[in-house]
Amino acid sequence: MQAQDIRTTQLPNGLTLVMERMPDVRSAAFSMLIPAGNIYDPPGQEGCAAVLSDLITRGAGDRNSQQLAFDLDNLGLQRSESASGSHLGLSGATIADRLPDVLRIYADIVLRPQLPADQFEAARAGIAQSLHSIEDEPRQKAMQELRRRSYPSPWGLPSDGNLEGLSQLTADTVRAHYENCFRPSETILGIAGNFDVLAIQGLVEEYFGDWQDKPVPTVEVSDWAPNISHIEHESTQTHIGVAYESVPYRDEGYYNAWAAVNILGGGMSSRLFTEVREKRGLCYSVYASLSALRDQGRVFCYAGSTNERAQETLDVMLAELQRLPEGIEEGELERCKAGAKSSLIMQQESSSSRASAVARDWYHLGRVTTLDEVHQKVDALTVPSILKYVDEHPADNFTVLTLGPESLEVNLGVS
Amino acid sequence: MEFHKATLDNGLQIVAEQSPAAHSVAVGFFVRTGSRDETQEVSGVSHFLEHMVFKGTDRFAADDVNRIFDEIGAKYNASTSEEVTLFYGAVLPEYLPRIFDLLAEILRPSLRTDDFDTEKKVILEEIGRYEDEPTFTAYETLMQTHFAGHPLGQCILGTVDSINALTADQMRGYFNQRYLAGNITLAVAGNFDWDEVLALAEKQCKDWPAGDPGRTVTEAQPPGGIEVITNPSSHHQHIMQMTPAPPSSHPDRYAAELLGVIVGDDSGSRMYWDLVDPGYAEMAEMSYNDYDGSGVYLMYCGCAPEQTAENMRRIETIFHEVNDKGVTEEELTQAKNKVSSRIVLRSERPMGRLGALGSNWLYRGEYRSVEDDLNVIAGITSDDIRRLLDEYPLGQTTTTAVGPLESLNGEVS
Repeated sequence: MQAQDIRTTQLPNGLTLVMERMPDVRSAAFSMLIPAGNIYDPPGQEGCAAVLSDLITRGAGDRNSQQLAFDLDNLGLQRSESASGSHLGLSGATIADRLPDVLRIYADIVLRPQLPADQFEAARAGIAQSLHSIEDEPRQKAMQELRRRSYPSPWGLPSDGNLEGLSQLTADTVRAHYENCFRPSETILGIAGNFDVLAIQGLVEEYFGDWQDKPVPTVEVSDWAPNISHIEHESTQTHIGVAYESVPYRDEGYYNAWAAVNILGGGMSSRLFTEVREKRGLCYSVYASLSALRDQGRVFCYAGSTNERAQETLDVMLAELQRLPEGIEEGELERCKAGAKSSLIMQQESSSSRASAVARDWYHLGRVTTLDEVHQKVDALTVPSILKYVDEHPADNFTVLTLGPESLEVNLGVS
Repeated sequence: MEFHKATLDNGLQIVAEQSPAAHSVAVGFFVRTGSRDETQEVSGVSHFLEHMVFKGTDRFAADDVNRIFDEIGAKYNASTSEEVTLFYGAVLPEYLPRIFDLLAEILRPSLRTDDFDTEKKVILEEIGRYEDEPTFTAYETLMQTHFAGHPLGQCILGTVDSINALTADQMRGYFNQRYLAGNITLAVAGNFDWDEVLALAEKQCKDWPAGDPGRTVTEAQPPGGIEVITNPSSHHQHIMQMTPAPPSSHPDRYAAELLGVIVGDDSGSRMYWDLVDPGYAEMAEMSYNDYDGSGVYLMYCGCAPEQTAENMRRIETIFHEVNDKGVTEEELTQAKNKVSSRIVLRSERPMGRLGALGSNWLYRGEYRSVEDDLNVIAGITSDDIRRLLDEYPLGQTTTTAVGPLESLNGEVS
């Protein structure tokens, strides 16, 4: 694998800058993770981080909302702002030579946002609109509700909050969220693409160097236990979500966990796809994936079947999840490895993928794993190592969420 | 970047763009067939056939097909539109022969009856899945209404009835008519050796039956109309509109794309500032879609039912203003910057280049490099936009709405 040119530096105020130079691309991308996600929403005012992620680009420095959008568009920046559990994320990609101008504007967005009070209602209305719109997307709704039920609150809560919380929110609360949470320590700026590393480092130091650090806000985490629930919904299909515990990214068992999930439901030759769709034709979409927070992880499985076939689908899914400890074929592992290898190499074709990967790595591990390292870890996987992991972390204690006209039975130990 | 092309004796066309710095190679077979090429009684057969291709041949059973793709770590899929059925995958360069062998093999599928019967259930599930999404219902209804009486109005998935009634024999008949070498373009992008591609194509595809079934192409003359589907369980009102735009071969198609960005991009456009930024709508977008011989501007607005009338008026106002006064130089420059940057970013990956490479050849028989596209975009003037608007003004020819409202009476002109 081609050697990577990665440089990490920490500013005196605590901001971590991780850069990867990619000489073969014409673009540059950044991913900035600010520790101001929706876990910091004040209880009863959920949706605060989401509104802030909208309001943050409605004017910054001496540019008003329209000027800011206009200048970023003129730089050809493809951008997004979003709240997730831990972070408020800002990201973007454009032609590499425009990166310095982009960074200058983002320093304004992060350090000097106007957060105009007269646009608060519009930002809140926008988030309320997306809360309504997910009601018309039962698949996404089911997985959002599964996630909520699978992690202790506030982890797993929908990033857009809820309508009740939004209605209690004020412009002052949102401003306070910014004041309390936006801080350089624990902020990670990942940049990848074709640029002069030293020059960009100098600009980041200049633009973000005088950002003052603040104390870390506290978060109260609730108790949690696996649970089974149903949401009634008039629909043609019943949407089925199943979750169980796994390990976080920094756990030494992570790669085994990843392989196990991939064998179960990663691709079109995976067990769930083969058993549920290919052999029985029970659904169009079925998969399993690994979700990793910094300190905990879950496996999320999904299938959607027309109502009269949904019970069989859930039965087959659960049977497959429980059958994994019985054995894994060499070929299944080889396919996992091949998929991982090509994903790793193809990542090097996209500055956006690399920018978010280096930022995410730093958040989870406090360092960046090179693609070579990942490759070695994937290569080191064996059937016994995965089975040992599965034995220690069996698929059980399921959290199940179904969404459709009628609830289903959770039949365990049936195959 | 180096461009290569060739045509096999049976008529299969091959286009390839080589970028030695790429880490992967993408391969796609573009079959010029889709729902518009179907008769009413086999509605949905193109899409169903796309699924059946993955059920394999005598040499590879369905399990083998999925397994081999995964063994070589391929990122692969297939899609069916009104006009094109595409089978594609990206792999590391050393796996090019294997993915080529697999893709070329499955493009002559066995179409076994028992596989057909099982896959029919999957297709019905796919129909069920989309039924639950109001935006999909709105889009389907819009296509049927806007293109009423024109082949583009034919539904891609088919209906529960048409799929239930379809037989494996009918599918075989359709396959034999449409999957002829002269109706297929092979596109390859990324890191590869041209001689090797040519040799692989000769070896794997030279025995495919020759012929080109063609397609009748006339520009649609949409009758227009309003179709409201009341769905009380839907939270939002979903409104979609179409109006004619330049067809895929039209020289003003780049201008039409820029106009779409100026008026209806997901951020920074007129619709964004007037509807989304103030929080009146969750989404309000317009884009340019081109087809063989026809084109449309497609508008979507999702909002609270009670805001529908007001939002429809806002959109109508934007369309009138643009038709009357055109666009500003500032807007045009901004749209050019956005579109150019998107092209560059998308093109960095072979998989991102494949679509443009194949479509340019399939629709227009031309090769266009990234630089070619950037140059054309840079050269577009506000006069071009004016000319385009005179020929294809923005409008609300056809409207469909899905949501709680019972009618849009008086709300759409």
